[in-house]
Amino acid sequence: MKSSMSVAERTGITPTRLPAPRNGRWSAFTHLVMVRMKELKREPEVVFWVYGFPLLLALGLGIAFRNKPADVTSIAIVNGAGAQEALTLIERSPQKSLIRAEMLDKPSALKGFRVGKYDLVVESDGKGGFQYLYDPARPESVLSRAEVDDALQVAAGRKNPLPTSAVISNEPGSRYIDFLIPGLIGMNLMNSGMWSIGFALVDMRQRKLLKRFVATPMRKSDFLLALASGRLVLMITEVGLLLGFGALIFHIRVLGSPLSILVLSAIGAVGFAGMGLLTASRAQKIESVSGLINLIMMPMWIFSGVFFSYERFPLVIHPFIKALPLTALNDALRATILEGAPLTAQAGRLLILMLWGGLSFLLALRWFRWT
Amino acid sequence: MPAAIQCRDLRKTYDGKVEAVRGLSLEIQAGECFGLLGPNGAGKTTTIEILEGLIEPTSGQVTILGHTWQKNSREVREWLGISLQETRLSEKLTVRETIELFASFYREPRSSDEVLDDLQLGEKADAMVGKLSGGQRQRLAVATALVGNPRILFLDEPTTGLDPQSRRQLWDLIRNFQRGGGTVLLTTHYMDEAERLCDRLAIVDHGEVIAEGTPSDLIDRLGGHHVVEFEASGNSADGTALAAWRALPGVESVRHDDGLVSLTVREPHLTIPALLDAVGKHGSQLLHLTTRQASLEDVFVNLTGRHLREQ
Repeated sequence: MKSSMSVAERTGITPTRLPAPRNGRWSAFTHLVMVRMKELKREPEVVFWVYGFPLLLALGLGIAFRNKPADVTSIAIVNGAGAQEALTLIERSPQKSLIRAEMLDKPSALKGFRVGKYDLVVESDGKGGFQYLYDPARPESVLSRAEVDDALQVAAGRKNPLPTSAVISNEPGSRYIDFLIPGLIGMNLMNSGMWSIGFALVDMRQRKLLKRFVATPMRKSDFLLALASGRLVLMITEVGLLLGFGALIFHIRVLGSPLSILVLSAIGAVGFAGMGLLTASRAQKIESVSGLINLIMMPMWIFSGVFFSYERFPLVIHPFIKALPLTALNDALRATILEGAPLTAQAGRLLILMLWGGLSFLLALRWFRWT
Repeated sequence: MPAAIQCRDLRKTYDGKVEAVRGLSLEIQAGECFGLLGPNGAGKTTTIEILEGLIEPTSGQVTILGHTWQKNSREVREWLGISLQETRLSEKLTVRETIELFASFYREPRSSDEVLDDLQLGEKADAMVGKLSGGQRQRLAVATALVGNPRILFLDEPTTGLDPQSRRQLWDLIRNFQRGGGTVLLTTHYMDEAERLCDRLAIVDHGEVIAEGTPSDLIDRLGGHHVVEFEASGNSADGTALAAWRALPGVESVRHDDGLVSLTVREPHLTIPALLDAVGKHGSQLLHLTTRQASLEDVFVNLTGRHLREQ
């Protein structure tokens, strides 16, 4: 009773009031995290961009680049002497399932070749042999010529002096989708780190909400910590969802331990959150921060090996590509997920990530405007 | 006991050229409701934000309950409740969640339910902030300021853009807070608000205090409590005519505005018959005549030659 009276005396409102709550050290932090989660949950478009979009992307690309059955080549055989013989030879050859041959008159054959219906035209040369009409500029035409020539020669009785054999490889681990999923996880960690932090902060600055917050006794460090924690919680679901999706739909084999994947993703998520904080440290308008974020992310979309390997770029720029945070994250994710490499073997990549994140964070603290 | 809010010779220069505040001093006692009245752009918001510790002054000192921002900022923040001129709170949170969030920032906040009741937001507790009306949002903004159980309340243009009913509700709230021993500093460009709500006022123009006192003091300084306004045919507003009006009995001051002559008058019952006489002798006709109580608007016009609203 006594304590409630003193509150009443101080505020002067009738003593029927409830005893005042007392807040502990972490009350602001926990409320800030809770509020952030609630806000995100109530924005359906955010849920789509964070979760739905990467899954759709994985699904679409996974289907587009799935392992297709071997290409069948279509050829035209010009009617006349030797045509029937060519057809018979092809049907006897070991490649018969890869060659679809049609017999027709010369003008139709040439027309079909021109429009790309046939990759190759085969015609008797009048001396007991055949001549091929092909276009060296069309890869499928070149392939077709080699394939058909091989078929005819073998069927006609050629003996190969060197015995060779071929093995088909489309095991999980070496397919495009195996390459893609870790890249998408990395890209998603970058996108949501930069956007959710950068966008949210500038939006709050624009609405004067940041200013309103610093007008209270709230610790600024609690606020930033809450933002980072929110990112970590989302990160777990983002990574889990993409990996689970890959494992379930595309039978990706995850060789790395869940703990190393989690630690790695957390370092990536926090690193990019730091970069998001830096991008948002001064911008007053959503438009300017959007431009800035795109400017920073664009080179990494291209160079950091999300959709295709950066090995295709000239060797001279490889050191620069490898110094990009997304490259480090993608390489580390691929090594961990696909090869089961331990984190200790990837100290360099982790260092790059932590340097980017740490330096961004320190600079952001220096430059950050709350008003 | 130290003053609730005190500042001395406050100056704020933006980018080395724009002088928003030019040597402003105030002393506001605990339990007072003090108003900064002035036109838009007078430097009210800059002043209040310096006092709130959100902007660094270029020079000058501020103390809040005897403490400075440099030494005790976290402690001082616990004592203040602040409503900024325009804060757009998160639309995707409910009223209760918003109040509880702000409560979590303070060591000893008031209970959220109580604040909801006080601000008549109980019915809207579970409504999203995005669905509130302008008046309800403004009340919520004040609720976020009150939930920390502050000793001083800072309100920057709290009733701008509100309908008359919402304004009156806010005024009641402010009075209640003051009745409980709280100190209030508010800025406004509404004279009626300043007149009804504030114990004392400072009229601010171009970053300086041009007059300070209780509302009735300030009006007293005009010399008369009444204003007679009239318009007459002919040249009723030229120099000689104005001198003639000034010489009428009971007239304290004369000014004119677009043909309309205003006389500040002590005793209208003496002035008006004399005025009618004079108009007749002058050979012109009265087109319009009103009398009213002098207001803070008249004080401002008298001091600056400008109206509060026409900035």
